[in-house]
Amino acid sequence: MSWKINFLKKSPWVFHVNTGACNNCDIEIVNLLTPKFDVERFGIKLVGSPRHADALLVTGVVTAQAAPRLQEVYRQTSKPCVVFVMGACACGTGIFSTGYHVVGPVDKVIREVDPNAIIAYVPGCPPKPEAMISGVVKALSAI
Amino acid sequence: MKESVRKPIIAIGPFHPLQEEMEFFQLTVDGETVTDINVRISYNHRGIEKISESLQFDQIPYLVSRICGICSASHPLAYIQAVEEIAGIEVPDRARYVRTIINELERIHSHLLWVGLGGHFIGYDTVFMWAWKYREPVLDLLEKITGNRNNYGNVRVGGCREDIPDELKPEILKELDIIEKKTEMLTKAILDDPVLHARLKGVGILSKEDAINYAVTGPTARGSGVDIDVRHDDPYAAYGDLDWKVITQTEGDVFAKAVVRLLETFESINMVRQALEKLPDGPIAVEVKEIPPGEGCGHAEAPRGETFHYVRSDGGNRPVRHKVRAPSYVNVPSFRASCIGQKIADVTLTLAAVDPCYSCTERLAVVDGHNNVIHDYDALLKLSREKTARISKELGYPGLKMEDLEIG
Amino acid sequence: MNREELENKLSEIKGKLISIEQTTDNRIYLLCESENSYAVNKFLFEDVRCRFVIASGIDAEDCFEVLYHYAYDKLGLIITLKAFIRDRENPAIESIAPFLPAAEWIEREIHDILGIDIKNHPNLERLILADDWPEGVYPLRKEVKK
Repeated sequence: MSWKINFLKKSPWVFHVNTGACNNCDIEIVNLLTPKFDVERFGIKLVGSPRHADALLVTGVVTAQAAPRLQEVYRQTSKPCVVFVMGACACGTGIFSTGYHVVGPVDKVIREVDPNAIIAYVPGCPPKPEAMISGVVKALSAI
Repeated sequence: MKESVRKPIIAIGPFHPLQEEMEFFQLTVDGETVTDINVRISYNHRGIEKISESLQFDQIPYLVSRICGICSASHPLAYIQAVEEIAGIEVPDRARYVRTIINELERIHSHLLWVGLGGHFIGYDTVFMWAWKYREPVLDLLEKITGNRNNYGNVRVGGCREDIPDELKPEILKELDIIEKKTEMLTKAILDDPVLHARLKGVGILSKEDAINYAVTGPTARGSGVDIDVRHDDPYAAYGDLDWKVITQTEGDVFAKAVVRLLETFESINMVRQALEKLPDGPIAVEVKEIPPGEGCGHAEAPRGETFHYVRSDGGNRPVRHKVRAPSYVNVPSFRASCIGQKIADVTLTLAAVDPCYSCTERLAVVDGHNNVIHDYDALLKLSREKTARISKELGYPGLKMEDLEIG
Repeated sequence: MNREELENKLSEIKGKLISIEQTTDNRIYLLCESENSYAVNKFLFEDVRCRFVIASGIDAEDCFEVLYHYAYDKLGLIITLKAFIRDRENPAIESIAPFLPAAEWIEREIHDILGIDIKNHPNLERLILADDWPEGVYPLRKEVKK
């Protein structure tokens, strides 16, 4: 795999948020750190706090319980930041759209806090790691 | 004036990088020792049982496969078995074997995932990288067979949706040989490592009595000497036709649970080999017209333990009631029994040993912070790794021989 | 115990049951009124030594049902105790958590999503519904649509 990463001012540090997901997307995100995909060679790093992050990787449908917490995490993330919405659930609640405890999708919940939030979508169930990397690179190149 | 005693509370949750689901455990500690735990779960609750009532029987496998990404073969299988029980459907032999092969391949990559996470928690990141590298070929195989790395969508009421083409057999066998060799190396390295013995033995013990009172299942139960395994006790798919053994240990600590998972991986590899060899000819599904009124119970042994589905039908297209119980629902509460009395540095590892699949339980916990002393997850992880480093130093041992586990 | 011994054992509690039914070879259903559910559960867990699997709460329109599923692993059986709660206005059932810690969570869940009162439960706090979920709305009741 070789992508030319141009125009990146700084490799993004990302904070991962699960708002009610089955875990598949989340495991594939962690997979990005492993040797086969190895995003650390691009300088992309998973950090332990939103305050250190330039980007959020959000998975899940956003359940009623998760919504206020997601909004809080967004507020705490240093700006400017990009919200990467990973997976069918996060992009549009997927097959859980009729769930009584589902208030998502992610963009709706984030825009309540910041109508001008920068949001990038990576669909799939789950998106393959290659798709995630491709999505992140494309979005960052476009900014 | 009486001074109120402020007991420090340590919160694990709600968001941490390597604990993928949101779960909130409030631990009360006295010095370094855990004295109580409160668990609040709600984050991951998506209301799946209610959604099920609005779907048709043949749509539900797609829903339940997404309850939990890493048990995505066992949930649909347990559900489908419940429905097949209501309708008295007998699944063709070939389908039983294909189901077995898919489920055992899932067990292999799930156990390797767990080994990797366990390694990370104690500071053996080489193990993490290594285990996750070697589960990739299993995911690739599953993708070749079913079309997806996860959420296989392979089972349906009456059989399977896709067959395993004969041309794939040699490739599957070849990959299994490689995975077996690598797992042997890893197992030997772990079992031989005195630092790991000191770090994992006696930690997070779940007694047999507690295992029974909390009704735990899977490696969590078998590591405490409770000899239960759905594949053996109430055989389904092709498990009754294969030659394999249930793995148990007696100590109930993290080490025992690790041993169970590693040895089970070898059993799974052997089961897939046998199933491929004996794979009978014939159709992979029977046609099912309708589901009569009735009720059925289906269960399957997921990597984490027993997955149980209860379905009630009134003869219509949709279930009247669909109850889902994932293994973590009974395993995670047992964390209370295995964690009280432990030191803070061992808490993350004890929880990990349960191999919680929080999303299986449809839970996420969020609690408003009770802030006395809050160590965030990073701090707990650091404590865990520091303990390993201390033990390593005390034993004068460099730790797992990294060069034995070449990453290349 | 072998199968015959188990069936004899189960008939010891017949007095508390409405009936014993079998749907297939290895699926047994014991039916009882909710007033007797505590005694039968205790019998199944402590005397017969079954493994608790889970409980399913059901809104059965003319009544509520709580199904307690147990496994008798040595014989590959699932034994389900079906308890009928006839009072729909104030549905309630006795908690079995005092002798069966494994039932704590599911009783809380049944309380959350069906509004069945679990008497003498050690900790009947909300479990799976959000903090701000409205009181009195029980999502798994039939009258509740989305």
